[in-house]
Amino acid sequence: MGVVFATRTLWAVVLALLVGSVLFLIAGANPLLAYRALFGEAFLDYFGFGATLVKFSPIVLAGLAVAIPLRAGLFNVGAEGQIYLGALFCTMAALYLPEFYWPLHMAVCIAAAMLGGALWAAIAGLLKAYRGINEVIVTLLLNYVGMNIVSYAASGPMMEEGAPYPYSPEIPFSLFMPSIMPPTDAHAGALFGIGLALILAFCLKYTTFGFALVTVGHNPQAARYAGINVRRQIVVSMMLGGALAGLAGGLEVVGVKYRLFQSFSPGYGFDGIVVAFMAAANPILVVVAALFFAGLRSGAQFMQRAVGVDSTVVDAIQGLIVMFVAASLSIRFSDSRWGRMLAQRRSMEDLLPARGKQNGEKQNA
Amino acid sequence: MPEWLDIASSTDLLQTSPRLTVPIAFSALGGVIAERGGIYNVGLEGMMLSGAFGGALGSFLTGNPMAGVLLGIAFGASGGAVLAFLSIRLNVNQIVCGIAINLVAGGLTAFLARLAFGMDGTTKALPGFSPIAIPGLSSIPLIGPVFFDQDPLVYALYLIVPLVYWLLYRSAWGLEIRATGENPAAADSAGVPVYWVRFCCVLASGGLAGLGGAYIVLSQVFVFTEHMSAGKGFIALAAVILGRWDPLWAVVASLFFGFCDALQLRLQFANPTVPYQIFIALPYVASILALVGLYGRVKPPAAVGLPYRRETKI
Repeated sequence: MGVVFATRTLWAVVLALLVGSVLFLIAGANPLLAYRALFGEAFLDYFGFGATLVKFSPIVLAGLAVAIPLRAGLFNVGAEGQIYLGALFCTMAALYLPEFYWPLHMAVCIAAAMLGGALWAAIAGLLKAYRGINEVIVTLLLNYVGMNIVSYAASGPMMEEGAPYPYSPEIPFSLFMPSIMPPTDAHAGALFGIGLALILAFCLKYTTFGFALVTVGHNPQAARYAGINVRRQIVVSMMLGGALAGLAGGLEVVGVKYRLFQSFSPGYGFDGIVVAFMAAANPILVVVAALFFAGLRSGAQFMQRAVGVDSTVVDAIQGLIVMFVAASLSIRFSDSRWGRMLAQRRSMEDLLPARGKQNGEKQNA
Repeated sequence: MPEWLDIASSTDLLQTSPRLTVPIAFSALGGVIAERGGIYNVGLEGMMLSGAFGGALGSFLTGNPMAGVLLGIAFGASGGAVLAFLSIRLNVNQIVCGIAINLVAGGLTAFLARLAFGMDGTTKALPGFSPIAIPGLSSIPLIGPVFFDQDPLVYALYLIVPLVYWLLYRSAWGLEIRATGENPAAADSAGVPVYWVRFCCVLASGGLAGLGGAYIVLSQVFVFTEHMSAGKGFIALAAVILGRWDPLWAVVASLFFGFCDALQLRLQFANPTVPYQIFIALPYVASILALVGLYGRVKPPAAVGLPYRRETKI
């Protein structure tokens, strides 16, 4: 199954790149040269690969943040907002705690980032579990609330004095995440992504926690009969996703920006949705897909300079990839794991209270 | 009383509110139609952006804003056609489709804008619409200038809102649309062409979102810039929820969003001590609270987001 899935996705990506080459032809460039510049810079050049890793770190974590709730049958469209809250909590821990032994302080900052994201996602999880409110809508709306909270913090209480535009003071130097490919900006955050993907893949497959989570995703009715607390699984999987997205935001602060900027994320949370979807919510494949997307993003600027084709083409190609992958997976829809997950998400809807009759029951009780 | 609430400036505030409301209202109406037919249109943002680009292109090429409007609608509707094909024919998850459309639209419009308008992708001031005061009505104090000294697309909105209301609640088509959104299988067995109805709904939805985008270019800013829809499509989605999937309430919700937007713009310029972010975030918070408070009583169309397949029951 996994093999079919992976090859099918691969073909869809190839097809999308072929269609994307039409855009290069329109712009009067040789698509082969453009792609060679794009991928050559992103993956084969030392500095280019460093730049790819800088983008890989938030994208892979955002991808996992979407993938884990997805395995429990939940759509977390709110990774972007969770990234912002994570960055906010992380910066607060970095700036307002007195400096102490740095590895410990770093750990506290990272924990704060995860807490921020988890709390933000918990809102959607709790509303889903106890009121049956569609988590897609709530997480989508919370994105904008989160962004504005950070915008307020960066331009108000946390703003550096005399700063030309809204950002916080710099975090202490001891908290800068070390580089793994000096002298490039690639920081150790990328390792967090890979490590967590491996741990999560293991947990989903071999632990009772993972088993409960996936069972809820597969068949909430059966899960309930088996004595699994479905509501708690919903909240926990959302919070876990939020923690991963929050970590992505925190690592942007300690690894790349070193301060809290207003609107610092160029939509990593939305990239995460795409990546998780391409990877069929498989943590290992999330790493692969995230690497590919990070490469697309980082190689785009170089390609623009080398071939003279605008880097905005890459955005369009990313969209095409999503469309082709989505379309390819939907052929024999019900056979794919994706289709199964969605079908089972519906049975969860039936299980939860909220709509009409069940609400009445609750009031009577 | 804080200075940003005083009367003289509040007429001005009221006058800017409808202008900020219109693009959201068009898109929200599109969202209502699509969701009533059972399809989530998360691609509203991308369709608005396509509409804005179409509006700019039409106006740029012909010098006539009407051509811009038509091309804007066509571009928005073509986004709708893609969503319809993927979600209805291929049963692709509607949220994923919508996100893909937003991505493609963002990249493609920026790319094409550079091809069409030159390297930086922006235009000089485009020919657009200017306000036309309706004689008599516009001289009513307070509400006159607010509602009747606007540009033609605002008046178009006044016509489209009752039209959509009539379409959904008073016409046979509306019954078919709502049936398709509530229970496609039952509608199908009653002889409603479910796929066709959904296709038309999504196409109309895209066209309306495109019109909303064209409005931004042709009546508000008169230039096209990359990613200029700037989240208004998502606000429109929130307006659909806050408006409880009803066209009239969706427009009222859009008006609330427009007012908040006008207020935050004012605050950014006039009064830096009040955090303007509160007013940007307010509509989203209100939508979530509305979901929490109203969900039991008002529910979204039951089949929204679910692919319908004729031959099998999932």
